[in-house]
Amino acid sequence: MTEQQQRDASAEVAADVRADVVIVGGGPAGLTAARQLARDLHVVVLDRETEAGGIPRHSDHLGYGVRDLRRVTSGPAYARRLVASAREAGAEIRTEATVTGWAGDRTFAVTSPQGRLLVRGDALVIATGARERPRSARLVAGDRPPGVLTTGQLQSLVHLQDRSPGTRAVVVGAEMVSWSAVLTLREAGCATVLMTTEYDRGESYAAWRGPARVALRVEVATRTRVTRVIGRDRVEAVEVLDTLTGQRRTVECDVVVFTADWIPDHELVRLAGADLDPATLGPRVDCALRTSLDGVFAAGNVVHPVDTADICALDGRHVAHSVRQWLRAPSPPPAGARILCDAPFRWVAPSLLAPGAGAPSRRRLLLWADDHRTTPRLVARQSGRVVGRRTVPWPVAPGRVFRAPWSLLDEADPADGDITIGLL
Amino acid sequence: MTTYDVAVVGGGIVGCAVARELSGRTLDGRRLDVALIEARGDIGDVTSKATTAILHTGFDATPGTLESRLVRRGYELLSAYAVVAGIPVERTGAVLVAWTDEELATLPKLASKAVSNGYDEGLLIDADEVYRRVPALGPGAVGGLVIPDESIVCSWTSALAFATEAVHRGTTLLLSRRVTGVDVGEVATILHTDADDITARWVVNAAGLGGDVVDRAFGHDRFTVVPRRGELLVFDKLARPLVDHIVLPVPSPRGKGVLVSPTIYGNVMLGPTSENIEDRSATGTTEAGADFLLGKGRALMPALLEEEVTATYAGLRAATEHDDYVIDVDAQQRYLVLGGIRSTGLTASMALAEHVVELLADQGMATVERDDLPSVPRMPNIGEAFLRPYADGALIASDPDYGRVVCFCERVTRGELRDAFASTIPPSDVDGLRRRTRALMGRCQGFYCGAEVTRLLEESLASRGEGGGAT
Repeated sequence: MTEQQQRDASAEVAADVRADVVIVGGGPAGLTAARQLARDLHVVVLDRETEAGGIPRHSDHLGYGVRDLRRVTSGPAYARRLVASAREAGAEIRTEATVTGWAGDRTFAVTSPQGRLLVRGDALVIATGARERPRSARLVAGDRPPGVLTTGQLQSLVHLQDRSPGTRAVVVGAEMVSWSAVLTLREAGCATVLMTTEYDRGESYAAWRGPARVALRVEVATRTRVTRVIGRDRVEAVEVLDTLTGQRRTVECDVVVFTADWIPDHELVRLAGADLDPATLGPRVDCALRTSLDGVFAAGNVVHPVDTADICALDGRHVAHSVRQWLRAPSPPPAGARILCDAPFRWVAPSLLAPGAGAPSRRRLLLWADDHRTTPRLVARQSGRVVGRRTVPWPVAPGRVFRAPWSLLDEADPADGDITIGLL
Repeated sequence: MTTYDVAVVGGGIVGCAVARELSGRTLDGRRLDVALIEARGDIGDVTSKATTAILHTGFDATPGTLESRLVRRGYELLSAYAVVAGIPVERTGAVLVAWTDEELATLPKLASKAVSNGYDEGLLIDADEVYRRVPALGPGAVGGLVIPDESIVCSWTSALAFATEAVHRGTTLLLSRRVTGVDVGEVATILHTDADDITARWVVNAAGLGGDVVDRAFGHDRFTVVPRRGELLVFDKLARPLVDHIVLPVPSPRGKGVLVSPTIYGNVMLGPTSENIEDRSATGTTEAGADFLLGKGRALMPALLEEEVTATYAGLRAATEHDDYVIDVDAQQRYLVLGGIRSTGLTASMALAEHVVELLADQGMATVERDDLPSVPRMPNIGEAFLRPYADGALIASDPDYGRVVCFCERVTRGELRDAFASTIPPSDVDGLRRRTRALMGRCQGFYCGAEVTRLLEESLASRGEGGGAT
């Protein structure tokens, strides 16, 4: 513990907030959980931004709310709706409230304009989401001029502040979020001159990729990597490596957007010493979204980096049920069999099969893949034997979550050791 | 046109310290009129911003050199000044780790070298003790030498404190002026810059990487700066519990080697590389540099590599062909050169300024300290080990803007940004704002707050009439 953290832990209390449930993060997962719980419980949502709503707040395009609200709406409208319904249900949403650390059991140290607060909940929900790895974390060499962005930064620049990022962009990544960056750039008058992906084809939905590629006229360079940023005072170009041939070329641009490559905002769970899933780097949770800490739950993209906003919202609904159950009858943190995965899968969530946890949200296991399979034949193994097989008619593809039926693990036993999910 | 008593060329850590010192003195009862000239748009924007930020005891200097003496003295001066000015310093101590029997045999020699440098607190320890002090260290260490007084310091705040105090004392800060030529006259020298001409009786050359260029403009040919690039990786704050000390390798003829160290901002640093290059502006990082550091890191502290990299950067040390600092006075030209001040310059800065005063006195310019000095400025704390505004309940109660966190990763508040914009030497770009507040230097690198911080900066620049261009 650093001195700062110790001070956090013994910070002067300007006011005390107590609630039945404290939710950190006012995005789709946190706000939906708040709405479900606030009808009869005292729920406090802590959000560090000046307005709650999370990432959809600055994703000004359609496609939000499909699975949770059964309607198609824009990101900002969706965010406003989530905030309004949580408020109507009675949730107390505190904005400009930054959780800076733990101040004891189920108690957060919070900085807000109202002062340093200690906020305690009988149950806690961590819904802090995920962020894109910036250029530095990807160790991309070269100069460090302004104009190197992530999608998050680009969107707040364009949608919240109405500013132009530049005129010629290279977008690193070719996933759904990358195309969303392309749209945002176009709206701001900036052309995307190249998208790069390390995969052997663009990762987004095939049905959408073709027309989008034509409509937006963007070249997608597969099996390539941006290796260097060039330009002292302003981005002038990037160097692109063809990973197949080893050849490098220089692409002129004045903006580089690093998209995708998600990492959960897991600081709070790590500081508390919760078990982490080494594959997602988020907290390891069971199907009830319980972490290894007593009374601490997690939901949304901090658990599965990243799925769509509506899936996060449905996580919020799911976790609300678990929280309610736990408040009625507290139980010790879950123990059981770890759920692991083999290539081409990178991670699976939830990743703990615990007794009494029931099925996961939407009866789906979420997996992230690094390769394509058109008709995946799933297999689950435990202690050297096959415990489940399923063939599904939807493809496995990099850059988006693959959803496996929960029935794959019907025969798995929480007491029988690690379970591994792979493809035949 | 003003004729300054002294023009200091170079607003790095050394130039700022010299300007601060000289403007605090009088000559024949009259306050010295000092100009501090910097080519860049901000002070401390070249070499000084990209150091390892270690406050050295000077234990491993070459005994008898000027560098050895000034580092030793500078350590005392800066340590004391830091307390008054609020510059964050953490006395973490250093552990030199021997990995081979040959290195182990070198440790006692280093300990006695330290004594020759006036430092006798060195402590030889065995491998068990090395691992007790640095549990996350990779396997294979055979022994160590502890230097309890090696410290980490905020180099950004140091340069800013010197420059701020210099301005408070009356120094004229002239930014964005690159010296392009020199005319030495009978009583004064004209410095031509790409903006205007500056006239001064004396000139102090503290131009760092450009020091040899300025020196040649005065007609000398004493040294050539060969920039030595050092690349560094900065790891996430969640890595900080892995290492509480500066972990140093045993220096070899090939250089000081790669260290692992906590940073004053609560991160962990791995580096630097050491590469002589031609281009004096090549502060880009390289693939080879990162690969080299990751390879070193894997052996030094495997657990560190599991953590995220928050930032990468490269700095250029102003190395020359000489083993020592190149400090010389030309009385005829009323010109003083501070050349070849490499990575030890941060520690030695205040001693160098003191040395300049002595050298000028030797030339008949005996000055005395002013009796009307303004009080030392108290710098905003950006050190992780000390109370910061976001955690200061009383401060937030007095002004809610200190409770409005704008940069979430680094917990920088609106109040601190506002203070930086209103400060004596306000930032001129995002990088300058980062050095004053830590905004945008955290793990998300702007994913969440980049747009908002940029907006606030541009608002401030616009209100100061300096236009945009900070995106």
